[in-house]
Amino acid sequence: MLEVRNISKSFRGLRAVQDVSFAVPEGAIVGLIGPNGAGKTTCFNMIAGTFAADAGSIVFQGRPIHRLRPDQVCAAGIGRTFQIVKPFAGLSVLDNVIVGALLREGSVAAARVYSLSILQKLNLDAKAHLPASSLTLPDRKRLEVARALATRPKLLLLDEVMAGLRPTECDQIVAVFRELNRAEGLTVLLIEHVMRAVMALAGRIVVLHHGEVIAHGTPEEVVRDKAVLECYLGEETEV
Amino acid sequence: MIARLLEGVPRRGLAMLAALLVLLLVFPLFASGYLLAIGFLILYFAFVGQAWNIMMGFAGQLSLGHSLYVGLGAYAAAALYVHFGLSPWIGLLASIGTCALAGAVIGFLAFRFGVAGVYFAILTIAFAEFARIGFDHFAWVRGSSGLFLPVANYTENDLWNLRGSPRMFYYLMLALASGAFVLCHALLRSRMGYYWLAIRESPEAAQALGVNIFRYKMVAVVLSAAMTSLAGVVFAFYYNNLFPEQIFHISRSIELILGPIIGGIGTLVGPLVGALLLTGLAEGMGELLLALGVDVPGVKQVFYGICLLLVVMFLPHGVWPPLARKLGLER
Repeated sequence: MLEVRNISKSFRGLRAVQDVSFAVPEGAIVGLIGPNGAGKTTCFNMIAGTFAADAGSIVFQGRPIHRLRPDQVCAAGIGRTFQIVKPFAGLSVLDNVIVGALLREGSVAAARVYSLSILQKLNLDAKAHLPASSLTLPDRKRLEVARALATRPKLLLLDEVMAGLRPTECDQIVAVFRELNRAEGLTVLLIEHVMRAVMALAGRIVVLHHGEVIAHGTPEEVVRDKAVLECYLGEETEV
Repeated sequence: MIARLLEGVPRRGLAMLAALLVLLLVFPLFASGYLLAIGFLILYFAFVGQAWNIMMGFAGQLSLGHSLYVGLGAYAAAALYVHFGLSPWIGLLASIGTCALAGAVIGFLAFRFGVAGVYFAILTIAFAEFARIGFDHFAWVRGSSGLFLPVANYTENDLWNLRGSPRMFYYLMLALASGAFVLCHALLRSRMGYYWLAIRESPEAAQALGVNIFRYKMVAVVLSAAMTSLAGVVFAFYYNNLFPEQIFHISRSIELILGPIIGGIGTLVGPLVGALLLTGLAEGMGELLLALGVDVPGVKQVFYGICLLLVVMFLPHGVWPPLARKLGLER
């Protein structure tokens, strides 16, 4: 579904991402992991159209998307969340989601109905009419997901949505993504540090280090990989 | 259509609006010439404040050069009237066109090249200043010596040529202010309104949700400019004289944004409340001091400044949001 081919990106001489390639098959959940500064979010931003790649190409459903603006990428069917959450603070939780839903819904009324159903899925419906600025961080992360889902993406890019969540909250949201993946065939690419979530969700994992792919495979393969153990998980990690 | 507009509006708010409208409609029957002039000014500032609010309050784009659109709108209609005898109702098409174009140029330059925040504000000032200096040397509209519209004592109101009594202008401004209020109300509930607020709160997040932020910011600027131009047309035919040094002056731009700021940026009622307070305060202060026999030059301005300071310090979101809560209009 998504094919990233040899993309690179430098910031003033600092090579953030170099020659990275990976693929996300339709219906899969793929994890993108790696130490801080490995280039994960930069990869995301290139896929989402926030940054233009210096080299390489990104193909989504057979169509090159690396020259599109973020709104065009979203319209093509890729939803994203931000690692540093960006709620529309002055708007209500429901209105936040309506903005996303308006992409595919013909009217505000229809967008409102659809948004409420999404808030329900993410257990935010009780807070629908509160201002987004009043939410706690875990709720803000959920709101990021709700907004992205409201655009009815075929591929969802999740940037550390589990970070800062308690284990039970984490399991809850993992269950939501599992269900979406199973019932609606939603494809997911996630950046995550919480290994508990990655292992529970991802069928395949890509490991980045210093802007390069150092390993990829099933979770079991990756955690046994020597290079990964050395640079990221640490020798003694038990999963 | 009307049912849709009224949907979700609190009953109480509607009743208050209706009462206010009736009050404003009958006001000229009792008001003296002086009060009528103040009433006109309040409605004028309510209208331009509403127009500015679309750009800043809704879409989050700070314009400090709205005098450009007042001036261009005023000059376009006035010049066509003076030179060709064209009715301002035809002239206003030229005003709207000119201002929409000016807004589009500024918007394009800014949004295409990523000029944002204070830099955008400076760009809007720059264009207003270009116009001020340019019109000083624009012979067709008499340059710095000013453009005058023919004045006579009108016994009858000629609405087609906008020649008539202050009362006619008052009602014209009331119609404009009411129209702007309803338009903004409808816009806020539309797709456009949602997108504007999203852009104001976080352009990156809005874009990630599929919003073409360039397009929607452009619409906000062009619409705001076009609306402001109408105020310019009325201004020209009400005051009958136009000087570039006055109409394009930055103090005019500041003056017209104070209303929505004091009233509440981004709120529907804020521009109206702000205009009422500011104009009422300024004029009332003058009268009060006169009655008290205080005749110190500048004392009115000092009081005015102190009042603004207090509002900004204690009501940072403007007067309307807390007032709305008091009146039980918050949902």
